Amino acid sequence: MNLTLKVWRQKDSKSPGRIETYAAKNIPESASFLEMLDIVNEDIMHAGGEPIMFESDCREGICGTCSMVINGYAHGGQRGTTVCQLHMRHFKDGDELTIEPWRAAAFPVVRDLVVNRSGLDRIIQSGGYVSVRTGSAVDGNALPVPKKNSDLAMDAAQCIGCGACVAACKNGSAMLFLSAKVGHLGLLPQGQPERHRRVLNMVRQHDQEGFGNCTNQYECEAVCPKEISSTFITRLNRDYAVASARELLGAV
Amino acid sequence: MSTAAAADAPSMRAVPPNRLIAFYRSSIGKKWIVALTGLVMVGFVVVHLIGNLQIFLPPAYINAYAAKLKSLGPVLWLFRISLFAAFVLHVINTIQLSRMNRVAKGERYVKEATVQATVASRTMFYSGLILLAFIIFHILHFTLGWIPTENIHVMDYAPEAGNAKDPLLHNVWKMLVGGFRNPFVSVFYLVSMGLLCMHLSHGVESTVQTLGLRTKPLARPARYLSWGLGWAVFLGNAAIVLAILFGFIK
Repeated sequence: MNLTLKVWRQKDSKSPGRIETYAAKNIPESASFLEMLDIVNEDIMHAGGEPIMFESDCREGICGTCSMVINGYAHGGQRGTTVCQLHMRHFKDGDELTIEPWRAAAFPVVRDLVVNRSGLDRIIQSGGYVSVRTGSAVDGNALPVPKKNSDLAMDAAQCIGCGACVAACKNGSAMLFLSAKVGHLGLLPQGQPERHRRVLNMVRQHDQEGFGNCTNQYECEAVCPKEISSTFITRLNRDYAVASARELLGAV
Repeated sequence: MSTAAAADAPSMRAVPPNRLIAFYRSSIGKKWIVALTGLVMVGFVVVHLIGNLQIFLPPAYINAYAAKLKSLGPVLWLFRISLFAAFVLHVINTIQLSRMNRVAKGERYVKEATVQATVASRTMFYSGLILLAFIIFHILHFTLGWIPTENIHVMDYAPEAGNAKDPLLHNVWKMLVGGFRNPFVSVFYLVSMGLLCMHLSHGVESTVQTLGLRTKPLARPARYLSWGLGWAVFLGNAAIVLAILFGFIK
């Protein structure tokens, strides 16, 4: 199949970027989106040009490294799919695809389609952990966890921190990411001792990083490759209010 | 908790100097304020509508109702001040949030697309701004009576509602009927109620979400409640305006 690509090219974070057009020729339908870009990059390099920079690592949808917006959809609009797992058979011969980096003030463009997502790491550093020595593995049922909670915690723990939620949000908010991390630990007994401090710190770090606020459109949920539910943001809103009230009373 | 791990996490113990201000300034704190003040105003809008629907009864009812409200004195002022405070906080915080969000997004996409964001949710700021203008007009129109339309703010004898001590009562029935005879005024009210319907259809659901009540089983009912309330407020208010404009109430 043959496609026309309109790709955001930007030399570095300080230079202005622009859209450039490339022809993607003889692309097999079985290729993944990133393999298609690899083929296009081969052509660009053979012609003496600079290849299109993009991030990828596992290419099996579990690492959260790949990140691009295709025709306005983070990860390309295929439900529950990272862009590395998106295949060219979902597109039609002759399609014109606009490919852009994640857009958010907290995600400055490093080069072309590569953005700096360290803000998410700093949110994790501010509280996305439990301060306990885990030691060796305990017996499976030594620490009882209600089935409902373990299921929900696992749903939240699926977050791979790719930042698609931020990219899809018109406010550049990382609330879905944040809520998944807060929800995951907050649902398990190991997360209880630091539950209130954690949500306060992580929300404050989120705001400090310059991420926006949730306006409840749930575009994040629609593009999340791990289909994290927006009801985790509900839980975050509740947890934050409870923690703030406790902090106000000096109980945190 | 091991001391080594705790030392790695000094931020876990950091407490802001003023905790109330920290909440007010935080993203979620502002959302809570917008949600709670919104809830106050939704409550007012519903009560306001129920009161006004008495226009479909003989004039005595709505005039007596208005007289009763006015007789509340300090309680009425308590309600007015609370409502005004909620209104001001709602407007200030939504404007602040919108500005923060615009900055947080930074450069926009060359090609924009949405999956499930409703039109109402994407136009909240604009519907809110027009509603702000409407509310100012509405207060000038009916509460203060500064907008000169036909028969406005008639402080005349409403015999049905009057009592011996205070026969000169606010004739609300006459004021409403006079006010909505003007097609320009009526159309502005109808458009504003349409925008209020949109604003509520996203706002009520958002309130349920922000207050942490939109759990998975409640997500769909919250949306229906939001749309239902928006439409009920629109249809109820539009019925009053249209009934007067087309002469069903005279």
